[in-house]
Amino acid sequence: MHWSKRVLGRRPRVVALAILAAASLMVGAAAQSAPNPAPPAPAAPSARFVVIVDAAHGGDDPGGHIGNQPEKAITLALSVRLRSLLAARGIQVVTMRESDVTLAPDRRAEIANHAKAQACLSLHASTSGFGIHLFTSSLAPASSTPMPAWKTAQAAWVTRSLALSGVLNSALQQAGISVTLGRTSLLGVDSMTCPAVAVEIAPERGEGDTAATMPDDPDYQARVAQALAAALVEWRSEGARL
Amino acid sequence: MIPRYQTILFFILLAASLVMGVVLWQLLERHHQRLLNGEDSAPTQAPLVTPAEPATLEAANDADNTLTAEVQSLPLPQSPGDRARAILNRLLALYAAPGSTHPVPGGANGVAQVFLLPAGGQGDHRHSGPELAVVNLTSAFAANHPSGLETETLTVLSICATLRANLPRVTEVRFLVDGQQRATLAGHVDLTRTYLTAAALPAAGVHP
Ligand SMILES: [Zn+2]
Repeated sequence: MHWSKRVLGRRPRVVALAILAAASLMVGAAAQSAPNPAPPAPAAPSARFVVIVDAAHGGDDPGGHIGNQPEKAITLALSVRLRSLLAARGIQVVTMRESDVTLAPDRRAEIANHAKAQACLSLHASTSGFGIHLFTSSLAPASSTPMPAWKTAQAAWVTRSLALSGVLNSALQQAGISVTLGRTSLLGVDSMTCPAVAVEIAPERGEGDTAATMPDDPDYQARVAQALAAALVEWRSEGARL
Repeated sequence: MIPRYQTILFFILLAASLVMGVVLWQLLERHHQRLLNGEDSAPTQAPLVTPAEPATLEAANDADNTLTAEVQSLPLPQSPGDRARAILNRLLALYAAPGSTHPVPGGANGVAQVFLLPAGGQGDHRHSGPELAVVNLTSAFAANHPSGLETETLTVLSICATLRANLPRVTEVRFLVDGQQRATLAGHVDLTRTYLTAAALPAAGVHP
């Protein structure tokens, strides 16, 4: 009796968890296959050059915390700097937000895809790691299809996104800012039909792997924004050569 | 008219059944209490008599966005799911330790269960093909996890790579938090998708 009670006492929880697990997976699979096709963007080069600057998080979503500031405030500050620098260089900019508003990842992708931009930068900030983290989608590169699945629309653009990441990397390194490159699966970016890179500003590395400058430092942000603007000017001229 | 001896017998039997009821109730309570105490002391780690075996931990480093294989010796249960959980919790213990190269303070024992299922949704439980690991994280682990693209990605990749290193049949990994699907780990990396262990490299295919 002791034994059977013990087993019975534990099993329903395991069974319940397994059922929950199966149900969650089914819901996830259904969400993944939900059709919401993004229009295939034309690859033809043109004189038109639009950059999407996406200050990640905002409103109800504070993101992480850097010192006593939420990540959403730092990404917005960086976005405002970058917008001014790009406008000064004659580049048309579409910002996702200019204030502390909530924007779902899918809505951001819709805005980016509607703009048919030549570069989409999603700005983040973190206290983990050092320097600038440049992340491109971990989706395997795929050829463009007329009806790409919403959650994997970026697949057709991954090759261009990696090229953009390379140009950003060079410009940042030239400005003396250390860079780590990575691939990730990020809601929103994975649905964008443009060359898209997520730029995460982390503390600048000091001596002995200490954080010398935090991402909320205005001078550090200004240097990063300058390097990103220089990279996008370079990206525009590369596009013109294509 | 009921005879007097029957009335007496009735009350004796009634009293006896009431006494038996009380005694049984007390026994049940005592037994329940013993069970609860037993539950508290139920082993969550493999017993020490289990011989230690080597396991490969793919430990993340935030400074350079890399994974480094590290072999550790630990007692491992026989069941593959419990084995996977023990190995992953050893990996998370590295991250919870002070001075970690990928700090997740308070993240020890962050893996509640690992369910191993046939990959690709086949229903055969006696299969010997590729497997999907469903890693059920605790909400405490997710709540303590630092927010950021790099740190969250490294946690997911190091779990996938560690599973691949120790359970080669695991080709796909999905994540749950407290048994439920969750959009992101700590605000960034997508936890709703299926991760392929073969692609669990931080900079796979990245532009030079
Ligand atoms: Zn962020």
